[in-house]
Formats: sequence, C-alpha cells, structure tokens
Amino acid sequence: MKRAACGSGEALDLGLVGRGGAKVKRDRIVSEEAWLRLTSLLAFVALWQGLSWWLQSAVLPSPATVLARIAIEMSDLVLPYHLGITLSRVAVSFLLAMAIGVAIGIAMGRWRRVDLFLDGWLVLGLNIPALVTIILCYVWFGLTDVAAVVAVAINKIPTVVVTVREGARAIDRRLMQVAQAYRLGRWRTFTRVYLPQLVPYLMAAARSGLSLIWKIVLVVELLGRSNGIGFQLNVFFQFFDIAGILAYTLVFATIVLLIEALLMRPLERRLSGWRQV
Amino acid sequence: MLSIDIRRKLFPDRGGRAHLALSGLRLGAQKGEFVCVVGPSGCGKSTLLNLVGGLDHEVEGAVSFAGARADDIGFMFQEPRLMPWLSVLDNVLLVAPDGAAARPRAIELLRAMDLGEVLNAHPGRLSGGMQRRVALARAFVNEPALLLMDEPFVSLDAPTATRLRERLVALWQRCRSTVLFVTHDLREALFLADRVCFLSPAPGRVVLDLPVILPRPRDPLDPGLATLQADLMIRHPDLLAGLANGIVDGREEGGDG
Repeated sequence: MKRAACGSGEALDLGLVGRGGAKVKRDRIVSEEAWLRLTSLLAFVALWQGLSWWLQSAVLPSPATVLARIAIEMSDLVLPYHLGITLSRVAVSFLLAMAIGVAIGIAMGRWRRVDLFLDGWLVLGLNIPALVTIILCYVWFGLTDVAAVVAVAINKIPTVVVTVREGARAIDRRLMQVAQAYRLGRWRTFTRVYLPQLVPYLMAAARSGLSLIWKIVLVVELLGRSNGIGFQLNVFFQFFDIAGILAYTLVFATIVLLIEALLMRPLERRLSGWRQV
Repeated sequence: MLSIDIRRKLFPDRGGRAHLALSGLRLGAQKGEFVCVVGPSGCGKSTLLNLVGGLDHEVEGAVSFAGARADDIGFMFQEPRLMPWLSVLDNVLLVAPDGAAARPRAIELLRAMDLGEVLNAHPGRLSGGMQRRVALARAFVNEPALLLMDEPFVSLDAPTATRLRERLVALWQRCRSTVLFVTHDLREALFLADRVCFLSPAPGRVVLDLPVILPRPRDPLDPGLATLQADLMIRHPDLLAGLANGIVDGREEGGDG
C-alpha cells in the first residue's frame, strides 16, 4: 500500500511540473496575441483616418470627428439614455430566448417524440426572415416594448434550440446511470450531473445569441420604437448625419465587445476549468 | 437480506428477435455476506446487477431487500464513472446526503485511501488506479447496506488490482455491507468472497453455489487459493470452460454483455 501511495504521488508531481511549464508558455502566447490584436486595431484606425483624408467628404468623417461627437452625445446624456434602453431590451430578449430555447432544446434532445413533433416548427423558425417576425409582432401586439422583445426572442430561440438539442443528445448515459444507481434526487441530478455536460453547448448558444440579438434589436427599434440606438440611427439617417451614426455604432459595438470579453469569456473559463488537464 | 428471483429477462434484439439474457436465476445473500458472481462473458452478469441496482426495471421476477431500504445501495461500475467537472471530494459528496456530517466522513475516507493530497483535484488528472480508489470511496461513503460491484478492477495492472481488492476487503469488514461482486476472474472471486455463485452461459442462471471457507485476512499468493482453484477446475471443467481466466492470473480484457 505504501508503494502505491508513493507511485501515485510521483505521477501527480510530474503532472504539476508539466502544467507549470505549460502555463509559462501559454502566458507568452497570450502576450503575443495581445500585441497582434492591438496592432490590428491600430491598423484599422489608420486606414480609416487615411481614407477620410483622401475623400475629404461628409460621407466619411475622420476618427477624431467621431470621437468628438461621442463626447458631445455622452455629456448631454442622450447617448447613455438610448444605450441603456437598447441594452435592457437586449438583456430581456436574450434571457427570454435562452430560457425558452434551452427548455425546448433539452426536451427535444431527450424525448424523440417531442423532437419529431417540433422538428418542422424548428426548420420553419430557422428560416423565417427576422423582418417578417418583427413586422408580424408589431401588427399583432402593437408598437410596444413587449412586441419588440418578443420579436427578437422569436428570432433567436430556434438557433438556441438547435445547439442545446445537440448537447442533450450527447449526454453521457453512463454518468446518468451513476445518478440513478445512487438515487440522487431530480434536482441534484439535473444540476450536478446533467447540466455540466450541457455547459459547452449553453456557452456556444449564449455567445452566438448575443451577437445575433444585438443586431436584430436595432432593426426592431428602427421599425417600431421611439427610443433606443436603432431609433437614433434612423433619425441620423434621415438627416444624413454620418458622424452620429458612426458614434453610436462605435459605442454600442464597444459595449458588446466588453460584455463578451469581461463576462462571457471569464464565465466560460470558470465553468470549463476542469477541462484543462 | 437480499433475495433475487428472476424468471426471465429479455432484451429486444435489433433484428426484432428477443435475446434471453437471464432465465430462472435465484440468488440470495445474508446480511454482511460477500457474494461473488462468476460467469463467462455475455452470460448476463452486468444485466443482473443493473436489475438489482434499479437501473433496469423490465423483468419478470422480483428483487427484495428484507430489513434494508431499496435506496441504501452503493454501486461501482466497470469504469470509475466520476464526474469530470467535480473535484475528488465533491465526487464523493455528490452521492452523500446533504448535511455537515458527510464532509468529514468523506475526507476521512479519502485520506484512508491515500487520496488526502488530491481532495480538490479533478479526476482527469488522476491515474486509473487513483480514480478507482475515488470510486471505491464514493461507494462506501454512505456505508450502504448493499454494495453492487460490476467488475470494478478490470483493465488495471495486476499489482494495482490486488491492492484495491485488499482495500475493498478492509472497508467491507469495517462497514459490514452485503456485497454482490460480479467478475469473470475466478481467482479474484475466491480471494474476495464468502460464497461464489457460478452462472451458466446465456441465458444465465446459477449452476453452482460454492462457499469459500478460507480464513481472513487472505493472502493473494496463498497456496490454499491455488489449490482450491485447481480443485474446482478438475471437478467442474465444463462449468469453468467459458471463463476468461481459468488458470493463469494476469490482465484481463474488459467487456461483458
């Protein structure tokens, strides 16, 4: 027995050393990646600046003009107001789409009858143009926030369902048998055995969901709301105010990137930390 | 305490023809008894355990536990089947009831298994032998009345498997669980069991019920074991012909229908 303990201890130490070395290497790769990303961003700004110089036209204002515009819009609180409204619509429709999509996806992956019954609806849902659902929601529910959020959610739900269904089909039956053999309760089985297996699929659905939803939300606002980024963009479009359009776009895109980098990626790293052997 | 009476267990085969896995299988175990079930590959040993463990309910027959709750069961599978996203300690606590009492008990059990250093490690970082030890701790953490084991030490190298068997016996002697241990390794069965039940090839039923009267603690290299084994081979050659490991000890292949 003693020998067994020694042997396994050694194996473990070796594993730790190996991981330490890998970490240093990973850090170096990360810093190199960061430099590349930064260079790429600077190149983009330089290209923009060069083009606006060359064109000398109101169609493409320079980065400095757009930045000044952002400062103005920020200081009189117009931009933060519309941004807040749009973000709350994004949040509500995102949560709605995830909750409903995950529930349907699990059911379809789990029960073949549900899958067969809903499969046709799913194909339909995936192929209806976003514009059609938006128009129909406004016609049926009126020009309200409820209609706006529902329209966005309906657009997103089918893609969540497809991803989560894939995950539910890949559930490891052998681990579920462990839960069954030890008579774990439904809740414990779901949260500790079932759901962790779905995490990669949930994260994939969430990330692609966010990028899809914030694009659709703008269209919804443009078509039927009197506030939000989409509404403002429409106003700027009427007045041919390109600086305004770029200012709003830039701020909104930055916010979305920050959510992705500061919320989604750390969350994913936390939830899948056990994979890094 | 445990009594199993299975009249028929059918599997609907893919071709539409039913496969009769078990037929007329009767088996009992006293409280605290260590019973090994030995049989050739595909004779329905795993099927039997799944029925007893409540993983499969479609059967003509009955399994009853007198004086114990049907949910007071530990189960060890052929593979460790640990949750890769839970730490070693959380894997053991997963099957324990909520409450403050379980945690120190789980930690103590894991320390006794020489796993004190890796309580917070994830199973993916452990060797195969260490993973089995975690699975063994998980099986014992509730001190179950009935412990079902489905060839748990298969596909391990011989010394590791031997040490795990010794740990199992030590834990069993402390907890006094009734153990139903399935294997196709005759020597393993003789080393572990109070009683060995031999199953026929499919459809499986008990064809020989053999008490093993050897003093404990037993030594895997005890010549008494080898004599007993050789004696069995001579008296029941037909019975043991299908066993993967009739005479030579060594590494066995996993897999059983």
